[in-house]
Formats: sequence, structure tokens, C-alpha cells
Amino acid sequence: MKSVVCIKQVPETTEVRVDPQTNALIREGVKSIVNPVDENAIEAALQLREAHGGTVTVITMGPPQAEEALRQALAMGADEAVLLTDPASRGSDTLATSYTLAQMVRRLGEVDLVLCGKQAIDGDTGQVGPGLAERLGVPQITFAISLEVNDGRLRARRVLDDFFEVVEVKLPAVVTVVKQINEPRHPSMRNVLRAKRAEITRWTLADLEADPTQTGFDGSPTQVIRVWPPERRAGGKILDGPVEEAVEELARALKDMNLAAG
Amino acid sequence: MDFTFTEDQAAVLEAVKEFCDDDLAPRAKETDEAGVWPAENVRKLGELDLMGIPVPEEYGGLGLDFLTWTAVGEELSRACTTTGAVYGAHVLCVFPIMTFGTEEQKQRFLVPLAKGEHIGAFGLTEPGAGSDAAAVSTRAQRDGDHYVLNGTKIFISNGGQAQTYVVIASTNPERGVRGLSAFIVEKGTPGFEFGKDEKKMAFPSLPNRELVFTDCRVPKENLLGREGGGFLVAMRTLAVGRIGMAIGAVGVARAALEAAVPYSKQRKQFGQPISSFQAVQFMLCDMATEVDAARLLTWRAAWLKDQGKPFEKEAAMAKLFASETAMRVTTKAVQVFGGYGYTREFPVERYMREAKLFEIVEGTSEIQRLVIANHVIRELGG
Repeated sequence: MKSVVCIKQVPETTEVRVDPQTNALIREGVKSIVNPVDENAIEAALQLREAHGGTVTVITMGPPQAEEALRQALAMGADEAVLLTDPASRGSDTLATSYTLAQMVRRLGEVDLVLCGKQAIDGDTGQVGPGLAERLGVPQITFAISLEVNDGRLRARRVLDDFFEVVEVKLPAVVTVVKQINEPRHPSMRNVLRAKRAEITRWTLADLEADPTQTGFDGSPTQVIRVWPPERRAGGKILDGPVEEAVEELARALKDMNLAAG
Repeated sequence: MDFTFTEDQAAVLEAVKEFCDDDLAPRAKETDEAGVWPAENVRKLGELDLMGIPVPEEYGGLGLDFLTWTAVGEELSRACTTTGAVYGAHVLCVFPIMTFGTEEQKQRFLVPLAKGEHIGAFGLTEPGAGSDAAAVSTRAQRDGDHYVLNGTKIFISNGGQAQTYVVIASTNPERGVRGLSAFIVEKGTPGFEFGKDEKKMAFPSLPNRELVFTDCRVPKENLLGREGGGFLVAMRTLAVGRIGMAIGAVGVARAALEAAVPYSKQRKQFGQPISSFQAVQFMLCDMATEVDAARLLTWRAAWLKDQGKPFEKEAAMAKLFASETAMRVTTKAVQVFGGYGYTREFPVERYMREAKLFEIVEGTSEIQRLVIANHVIRELGG
């Protein structure tokens, strides 16, 4: 079984600040990480490989330094990694991104399963997975919390607002997973060292024979009108000391704020 | 002089730190209080290739050096002292086999140890013999293709859980330390049983057990090194073990420091955080400086070993200074926490109890001073 996992390198959002003057993200000095739920997608692919054999290929599009995210995936145990990096893909919105990723998946040949995280912590749109399925013309399952492959069919449990749904599709398909599907593994040191030395395939848009009107700024109808930070919350208060005392103090404080009953 | 890690070392350390922070540290209290062998943690150490860091790749290890092993050990001990102790005791079995083992012994015993499929332990200490190795009374008598072992070892870390034991016994009591020999003994060998598991001041989840040998027949192929060469095996192993104890001590000291600093910023007295008081600042300063010094001594000893240079004196210095540092730093951490530090609500009282181990195990501070003094007097005595 050949799986492809689409991942995204994102800024560690707990560290992102917004410039109060320009309202732009301050990216300097902020660590880049693999989008957390994408690690769950990688883990899901690795578990399927362990159960059914095959390979796991990880792909991403982004600047050259997105290679680091791919190395992280290789360290977890993915077999190979491909980076699409091309100045002309800058400014891609979810429409252009899903088009470009679909071209990448096509270029990889026969693929049984494409896995994505449910959404990225920077843009938070959750559109790329479904967009990709649409472009590839294959069934899609979003918000999967468990996966089971049997005889060329994939059965998944989806998490919805107040119920689960079990659906089955014929492979190939695109699946987006939620955080609760698994616990991403820590890389073994052998894989860490292997990942450091691994060759990462680099493609440009030309390698994909991509239609230039569907990539980068030209392929991105989304317009960002304005970005602003959420209103700052006042400091908060940390209750230290033993749990019993802290709990009592918390209860008192909540009562004072009229937030707790009785 | 270059204090930077290679890219490989840095990559391994970063991955280990992440594992420690995400996985080991949040469960450290639970791991300690459970009072049972931390099987899950030990399994993960194996899965992550951490049980054979300095073992050559052809024997299932990572093929890195002892310095990397040292730096990883500090991270493990900082995050979970018990898991760090298992890691430290394991190498006391790995090291002598990789150093003195025959090709066949390496294939048979070292490979599963390096892969973490088997856990190792080292048996030297007896009721009447510890640092005084000449007093070892466990006997190994040659009988045809076997050696027959009789005697009892005590306080053996990983005892009972380990599959592979390197045991020091006397093949010729008349020759004192020159009559000692080292043997590889497998768990399950008839006549090899486990006795009392000591109840200790700390580390309830780390087994320290008796190894009891009663007419235990060990095949002669399991003799490690030559007959009569056991003292050398023991001394070389103890020297590496001292580096291991030093990293455990640095780890627990760092854990105490890393608990004390944020607490001192958070805890307010007289309207300000106690970290703004000079009395507290001076404690934090001394703690941080000593932890650094202890680490550097330890790294130097490991580095010398990797360079193939003598490191026995330096390992003893590292072990002495790091263990006494751990005692001082953890005691100060309890002081910074004040009354809360004395409660089990916070980890620092545990660190203080744990630190005491390092001043005793693998040669007490007094023994380390003797070892170091011997070197110093020989080198500088004219």
C-alpha cells in the first residue's frame, strides 16, 4: 500500500506575536514546527504500513527551509520525502495549494491513500484536504479518528460535532485525521541520524507541468483584507501552593466573580 | 578546545530532549511512586535506540561515543531519575562485554543488549566486599566445560529484571584480586536466583536485588576476558560506571535547579517574588555554577575515554564532585521551596533523597577521594 502524507511547516503559534503597529505576524525568532495534527497523519500512515506493508511518502510545498519539516517526518519513519519549492508558488491560498499538491500526488504515480491533518494551526481553514480530493477526483473522508483498511477498502470513523459516523470508501482516497486518532511516535535515534543524511527530492512547478494560472498568487482568489490580533487578555492569576489551598482560593475567586453557582 | 557537539550528537540530543519533556518527565512522579519496574519506559529506551549508544553498529548499537551517551544520560536523569538509573546500570553490562567479549559473546549477548531487547546488570558488590574487590567471596570453580558459581551479590541495580549479568567471582582465592574472573550469566540459569529487593530511601521503582548462586553451572564460553582477569574487567567497568553515576547526579541536580528557579519567580513574600532577594539569588547562582562545573568534569572524563586516554582519575573526580553537587543543589532547592519543598506535593524532596544515592553507590565519596589522592600523589609527589 502506497500512502502519501501532505504536511505543512508552521510557526509554533504559542510563540507568534503580532506587531501592534502593522498587525503583521512577527516571524523572526519563531521556531518552525510540523503542523501538529500532520504528525498524527504521519503516524496513521506509519501504522498502516506496519499492518499492511508498503511505503509512506511525505510531501510539502514551501520555502527551502520546509525541508526541516520533511526531515522530521523521515525521522518518524517515513520512507521518502518530496519538497515542492518554487518562488512562483508563493502566495498560494488553499485553492492553489490543493491544486499544486494534487499535481505532486499525480507525479508520484499509483497512490492508494493520501493523508492530511484536519487543518493547520496557522491558517486554520481545513480546506486543503477536501480540495485535494476534489482535484484528484477520489473519495474523501474528513475528521477521521480511526482507520481500517481491508481488501482495498477503507473504513473510517469520523468525529462530528455531536456524533460519530462510520463510512467506507474504495481506495484510492483522501483522508484528513484529527489529533485524537493516535499518539505520534518519538523518532528512534537511528531514524534521526538517517533523516539527517537523507536525500530530499526537490521539485519545482515545472516538474509538475503545473498550469501557471492555477498556482501562486495567480491561482489564489483569496484576498486577505486585514489581519488583527485578538484582544489582549489581562494577565490572569496563577494560584500556587498546595492543591487544596489553590482549589479553595479558586472557588472563592469564581464566587466573587459570580461565575460559580452557590 | 571545542565545546560544540557534532551535528549527529546535537540531533540525537534534541530528539532525546523532546522525548524526555513529552513522555518521561510528565510521568516521573508516577514512575517513582509506583514502586514497580518502569517496563514501559525501558521498552521505549530500546525502541528509541538509546540502550546501545556507544556500541558499534555491527553489534546493534548506534556507533556513537561515550560523550553522547553521557549527555543523553543527563537528559534522561533530569526528566526521570529512575529511568536514568536503569540506563546507567545497563551500561555496566554493555561496556565490559563490548570491551572484553569475544566475537561470539558479542553476537550472542551484546547485540540484544544494544538493541534494548535485553537489559543488563553488573554484579560485584557482596555483603563483605564492595570497593574492596579482593574480598569477593563468590567462588567459581572449574568443572569440565563449566564453572560452578557459589555466593551472593547484593544491591544489584536492574537485578531480577535484567536478562544478562556480568558477575565477578573468584577462580583462585589465594591470588586475591588476581584470582578474580568475570562471567556472563543469563537469567534462568539453574542455580541462579534472586533474593531480597532492598527497600531504600529513594528509587523504589529501581530494583537493587541479591543475586544468589547455588552450584550454578556457567558454560566456560561465558568467561569474560581471561581467567584471573576479572579485576581489570571490574575496575574498567567501575570507571565507566562512575561517569554514569556522575551523569545521574548532574541530572537530578539540574532537575532541582530547574524546579527551584521558576518557583522562586512565582513565590511572593513581602510583596515581591523571592527571586528578587539576594539570599535566594545567591543560592540559585551557586546551584547553577556547580551543576555546570559537575557537567564539565563529567564530559571531560567521557571525552578522555572516547580519545582512548586514561580517564580513571577524571571519572572519579566527576563522580565525587557531581554527587556532592547533587546533594548540595537538591538541599538548596528544598530550601528555596521552603515548607512546600518539604512536602511530597513538589518533587524537590524526592530529588534530595535521590541525590544521596550518588554519594554512596559505585564507590562512596571517600573511596573516590582515595582513588583521586592516589593519582595525585603519584603524579605530583615527585
